[in-house]
Amino acid sequence: MARIDLVDLAHSYGGNDAPQDSFALKPVTMTWRQGGAYALLGPSGCGKTTLLNVISGIITPSRGKILFDGEDITPLSTQKRNIAQVFQFPVIYDTMTVGQNLAFPLKNRGVPKAEIDKRVAEIGRLLDLDPYLNRKATRLTADAKQKISLGRGLVRSDVAAVLFDEPLTVIDPELKWQLRSKLKALHRELDLTMIYVTHDQTEALTFADTVVVMHDGRVVQSGTPAELFDKPAHTFVGYFIGSPGMNILPAEVRGREARIGGHVIALNRSYDSLPPSAKIEIGVRPEFVEAVAPAPGLLSAKIERVDDLGRIRFARARLGDAKLAARAPAGFTSPDGTAGLKFDPSHVHVYADSLLVEGAA
Amino acid sequence: MDKTVNQKAWFLVLPVFLVVAFSAVLPLMTVVNYSMQDTFGNNQFFWNGVGWFKELLDPSTDLGGRFLASLGRNLFFSLVILAIEVPLGIVVALSMPRQGWTVAACLVILALPLLIPWNVVGTIWQIFGRPDIGLLGYVLNAIGIDYNYVSNDIDAWVTVIVMDVWHWTSLVALLCYAGLKSIPEAYYQAAQIDGASRWAVFKAIQLPKMNRVLLIAVLLRFMDSFMIYTEPFVVTGGGPGNSTTFVSIELVKIALGQFDLGKAAALSLVYNLIILIVCWIFYTVMTNAGAERKPQEGAA
Repeated sequence: MARIDLVDLAHSYGGNDAPQDSFALKPVTMTWRQGGAYALLGPSGCGKTTLLNVISGIITPSRGKILFDGEDITPLSTQKRNIAQVFQFPVIYDTMTVGQNLAFPLKNRGVPKAEIDKRVAEIGRLLDLDPYLNRKATRLTADAKQKISLGRGLVRSDVAAVLFDEPLTVIDPELKWQLRSKLKALHRELDLTMIYVTHDQTEALTFADTVVVMHDGRVVQSGTPAELFDKPAHTFVGYFIGSPGMNILPAEVRGREARIGGHVIALNRSYDSLPPSAKIEIGVRPEFVEAVAPAPGLLSAKIERVDDLGRIRFARARLGDAKLAARAPAGFTSPDGTAGLKFDPSHVHVYADSLLVEGAA
Repeated sequence: MDKTVNQKAWFLVLPVFLVVAFSAVLPLMTVVNYSMQDTFGNNQFFWNGVGWFKELLDPSTDLGGRFLASLGRNLFFSLVILAIEVPLGIVVALSMPRQGWTVAACLVILALPLLIPWNVVGTIWQIFGRPDIGLLGYVLNAIGIDYNYVSNDIDAWVTVIVMDVWHWTSLVALLCYAGLKSIPEAYYQAAQIDGASRWAVFKAIQLPKMNRVLLIAVLLRFMDSFMIYTEPFVVTGGGPGNSTTFVSIELVKIALGQFDLGKAAALSLVYNLIILIVCWIFYTVMTNAGAERKPQEGAA
């Protein structure tokens, strides 16, 4: 059990001298508290698995340090770090029974037999594996195998953190929910630091209390699901999280006003000192744009279609070259294919070169 | 339910019947026929019933003695080369590089002995081992080891075994290497995290994953070594005495040397039967092992 600090951590598969743009993991400094449930979220190739492997010690970082409870463990091998990792595909030792699989990490560390038996029984019970302890592990289903992989990590009483590398990829959708709730329950029960890598936002948002969003090797935002939703720090976060993602529209911003094609949208805060050469955009979630009948004073857009998601409807609109989604209230129709857009000023954010700008009050 | 009856369709099947008859059934039946008869040349045959088979299994007769002795030698030879080639092949496969240009280099070097024809391998070792002009034989004698495969039984055996190991360990190594390459990286990473030693990784991951290719390797090497003829024949000619006379060499001696077609036919039938039975055992074991692993592969 430990607090994990990443200090200026970076990794390049091409070596430390490669240009920084090519780094798989660009320098990151952050702290993960003991007992937290973290999710590393991002599309394939964003560096999340690299970061995970750096923490578990499978990869030695090209730069920076990792501290467990303040102690530098960067040079330590995987064996010496008290880390458990569950991989995308279940790793099972074919010739062993479930019980022997669970006992394997303890046996390798020379733990006395009585102690091993006790721990295996305990973890078996925790993971609902006790009916299978004496069965060959090869014949079990994928989700049971993933539980065994997890159990091999949990069986060590000194484990500092459990890392998950997209562990639900091969699990049937129905069982995914069960296994995820099981993980949640274990997290509450065992007070372990858990780090969960995924590209599935539902998985990340339901599992973690802190979601770390990665993009192109960089950590772009780390926060609670609510923070990521309400105040994306990067246009990528806005776009990646939420379904549909945030609308990002190029605009001119001056003071408390944003202009799109000559039309003025009011802002809640004042933006006076925007960098002059930056690309300025406004971002607003579809939930905070309302499509209504065209009226003077409203930004007007062409409606392409209306998606009915059951509880909510979204109008897909076109605004010049830009596409956007807007909430379509009950009874909304657009006989002539145009609509007016009503923005909620408190949820319109301003981005300079894709980064959130905090306006003045 | 009107079925078209057209007896002419038999003509389409006829070529297959003919080919199979002339290539397999007739030659085999000829051998069966010979095995029941005795001949003194001049194409004169005398009925002998199962006489030859009785003799074959009775060590007190000349035929039985020779057959059982050569069978014993052959089984011993197969066991020895398996005991050497399988572990050695595994070790070679484990120590091969996993990536980079050295992989290709290693594969080519390993494949080389496999590409050399049997009698050339025999000739190479026949010359290599000669005490007068062969590098191996000369050097061994020069450093004080009395080595002569022509006159010493043990030397002859060692030569034949080392030759087979030289020729065929590559096959086992290549098969094992293929088996090792198919193990996903995550297994090694998980083992690292579980704190497994090198030996534990071998026992828990590599050996079980190589299981199947090893079975194939053992089958191939057993069948091949059980039927071995050319290499020992070129090197030792079955000698000194009969010490390296394996079943196939004995068979050729009886069939072509003594022209005892009846005895030779009976011997080859029994020889064939042994090979079929061993094949069947291996096949059954392998398919059973395969069936046991099916669900796991579906899940992974």
